[in-house]
Amino acid sequence: MSRRNGEAAEAEDAADADDADDAEDGANSQFADPSERREGLTGPGPDDRPRPAERRSKQGVRIDPEAEASHPARRTTISALVKHEPGVLAEVAGLVSRRQFDIDSLTVGPTTNPETARMTLTIEEPEPGVRQVEKQLEKLVPVISVRELGRDAVRRELAVLKVHDDRPAAVESVVEMFDGEVLDAQPGTVTVEVTGSSAEVDRAVEAFQRFGVRELTRTGTAALARGNEWTTHAEEERYERQRIDPRTNRATDQSTTETAPGAPTDDD
Amino acid sequence: MSERARTAARPTEEAAEPRDDDRPESSDDQPAEPATGADAAIAALTAADVEHVFGVQGGAIMPVYDALANAEAGPSHVTMAHEQAAAHAADAYGQVTGTPGVCMATSGPGATNLVTGIADADMDSDPFVALTGQVPTEFLGNDAFQETDTVGVTRPITKENYFAGDADRIGATVSEAVELAGTGRPGPTLVDLPKDATTTETDAGPEPGRLPTYYDAPEKADEAAVEAAAEAFARAERPVVLAGGGVVKADAAPELRAFVDAFDVPVVTTMPGIGSVPEDHERCLSWAGMHGTGAANMAISHTDCLFAIGTRFDDRLTGGVETFAPGAEVIHADIDAAEISKNVEADHALVGDAAAVIEQVHEKLDSRVEAADTSSDRHADWREQCREWEAEYPMTYAAPKDEPVKPQFVVEVADEATPDDAIVTTGVGQHQMWAAQYWTYRDPRCWVSSHGLGTMGYGLPAAIGAKVAAPDREVVCFEGDGSFLMTVQELSVAARENLDITVVVLNNEAIGMVRQWQDAFFEGRHTASEYGWVPEFEPIAEAFGAKGFTLDHYDEVADTLEAAFDYDGPSVVDAQIDPRENVYPMVPSGGDNSGFALSEEQL
Ligand SMILES: Cc1ncc(C[n+]2csc(CCOP(=O)(O)OP(=O)(O)O)c2C)c(N)n1
Repeated sequence: MSRRNGEAAEAEDAADADDADDAEDGANSQFADPSERREGLTGPGPDDRPRPAERRSKQGVRIDPEAEASHPARRTTISALVKHEPGVLAEVAGLVSRRQFDIDSLTVGPTTNPETARMTLTIEEPEPGVRQVEKQLEKLVPVISVRELGRDAVRRELAVLKVHDDRPAAVESVVEMFDGEVLDAQPGTVTVEVTGSSAEVDRAVEAFQRFGVRELTRTGTAALARGNEWTTHAEEERYERQRIDPRTNRATDQSTTETAPGAPTDDD
Repeated sequence: MSERARTAARPTEEAAEPRDDDRPESSDDQPAEPATGADAAIAALTAADVEHVFGVQGGAIMPVYDALANAEAGPSHVTMAHEQAAAHAADAYGQVTGTPGVCMATSGPGATNLVTGIADADMDSDPFVALTGQVPTEFLGNDAFQETDTVGVTRPITKENYFAGDADRIGATVSEAVELAGTGRPGPTLVDLPKDATTTETDAGPEPGRLPTYYDAPEKADEAAVEAAAEAFARAERPVVLAGGGVVKADAAPELRAFVDAFDVPVVTTMPGIGSVPEDHERCLSWAGMHGTGAANMAISHTDCLFAIGTRFDDRLTGGVETFAPGAEVIHADIDAAEISKNVEADHALVGDAAAVIEQVHEKLDSRVEAADTSSDRHADWREQCREWEAEYPMTYAAPKDEPVKPQFVVEVADEATPDDAIVTTGVGQHQMWAAQYWTYRDPRCWVSSHGLGTMGYGLPAAIGAKVAAPDREVVCFEGDGSFLMTVQELSVAARENLDITVVVLNNEAIGMVRQWQDAFFEGRHTASEYGWVPEFEPIAEAFGAKGFTLDHYDEVADTLEAAFDYDGPSVVDAQIDPRENVYPMVPSGGDNSGFALSEEQL
């Protein structure tokens, strides 16, 4: 090894080191005299010093130490208006998985504005988590506006089920019960469609189980705010701006022209 | 190399001159050459006043390099030995200047080599831009030679990334990438440039000043929230200001200083916040967290009101969140709304620029203090308590003269031997902690380290970036023997560019931080942490064209460091330190800050 123990080791003169030390509150002045040894770290140990009695929950919320910390997860719907451009879905999906958000479904589709798309996320998170989902989504550059929908929002989900056709009449009556539709009937299988709230679809799927569900696909929830309320904050503005320009027959939105360089920009 | 000549020769005034020519190739006295997408990319950098670019050449990025060489007033280029180093150099450049550091790499391995540096910039919210070459669009998706889905790979570690497949959009896209990287909470952006787009002719140039709307956020926090926060702060009996890296990034150190002085409150920093308040300031308890000072950890554990500014409450700071400032009403100021209540619930959320928000709270408190006639020594007992903790838990170390040199001593001597505005960069490991603990930082942007990602090998390339950013300042890099070996090849760059930097290798012949944890938590089993053999760093330095030094006695420390600092060019000091030395105080991960251990026995 390259440990050097040559001439410098013999040098008695530690003056330079001392000079350097003096300004350090004399903290290192023991180097003038090696025998004047300094202690390592000192002070009362962990058991001999005051410790706070209070506590936070795992979510970082201050809690009464006596009470049990509880932030129950709740199921809710988040709507995000996004730019309709490649990579947005991957970006949102990546965010959700990377941040370990607990999501039940994510749907994406067009809106009234050709330059935007809507993503609807159904999530199950405690309150701090819901706010995180919102804020982290808002940070993504292609995301325009995000909002948690109220409990009264209009929510819809579609399921297509393929069941065995042993009892066609019974299948038919379950279809009727859930306001569904038979899409296809063949020897061997009946394919039906059911739409409704997520819970209704759950109940329908449950009901069809008795026939033996051979295959199943569900869309996840699509949702809009109820009545005059806009689904996200940017919606109204976007709606106004996407009105068709009669001269060009094109959307007149300016703020998203980066995704559609051909769109006219002279009329705002 | 002509690039090098430009790096060295560019007078600072010239750099400061406003540039109105965002299309350098269209200057009057020269025949206008047709511009390409690559020219547009460089013009965008020029228009954004980017002066230096760090990178490595390669097939897919060659047109951009060619455009860089052709650009009249474009940035100069530092050719790095490895793309990871290009990324770290750009990152450090961004930390020191506060403006985006830019790096370039080719497709495939060039881009993947950048990944560590991008992730590092992302974790530490550093202004940073990467331009990567990409295979021509017609080959995309075919697993072409050196094709990697760079946008896919870097999506989770960038603030935003772009695939610029249209020559007409390259200028605007690069403009946006640079703008976005430095705006709001800074962070890395990346533009992937396929070779067909960079070689296609275009007359579309840069579009400076474009920002996505979300990042156009107001500087000031909501007035009502400020009012409530100020009220909480005024009510507090044991207030503490916690200054994070955001204070440095927002250049809010003067506002912070004014606040601390006006209300005479104890102030603690996070590791990235080091230097946001002078560490020798009467009220500064230095930094808190895993290896922070006893006083800082006691203060944040016992405070009843924590005014936290520009921090993301990383777990190395908080320890177990259950025991973090558990009795504190938390006022959290941050420019990024998503940080509010992410890890620690904010009782008062102040979303805005750190400098603006500190002033807002300051003003509110001023008027309150007058109204309530609150006496200025309202927190006298608390201040006294913090002072006692400081006295009780000094940052001392045993340094018997007949034993190997203590690393802490090397750090202290280096601090004394350098000007106050010297820049310290580090690798990751014990040496990083000693450099943070035993150097007294007095100004922001002097401490340049890899915090959130903890990237070994960060120190030397960061020193290169820092020196290019601040050629007149002393740059000292503390490295560990293990960490240094991860990017040691960059000595060739420091030598070629004749950068006057000093690398001090705190050589304990082990990856010491791991060894320390093995002693503490793995019953002393030193698996893959101790080297049977370590190369000699002095001849390594010399072989790279740097000056090499070795020291292993207390008597040599000051002289050797002086000689290394005096040497005009890159130098490396192999400081052979006590291999048994450990970093304390220590809060074990997930532990309680107030329970910091002063030695292994207390863990
Ligand atoms: C790239 C990378 N790989 C591994 C680690 C894990 N790690 C953290 S500290 C450390 C030891 C560093 O050893 P050295 O550079 O010799 O510094 P010392 O702790 O001895 O000062 C290791 C391996 C890391 N932080 N970064």
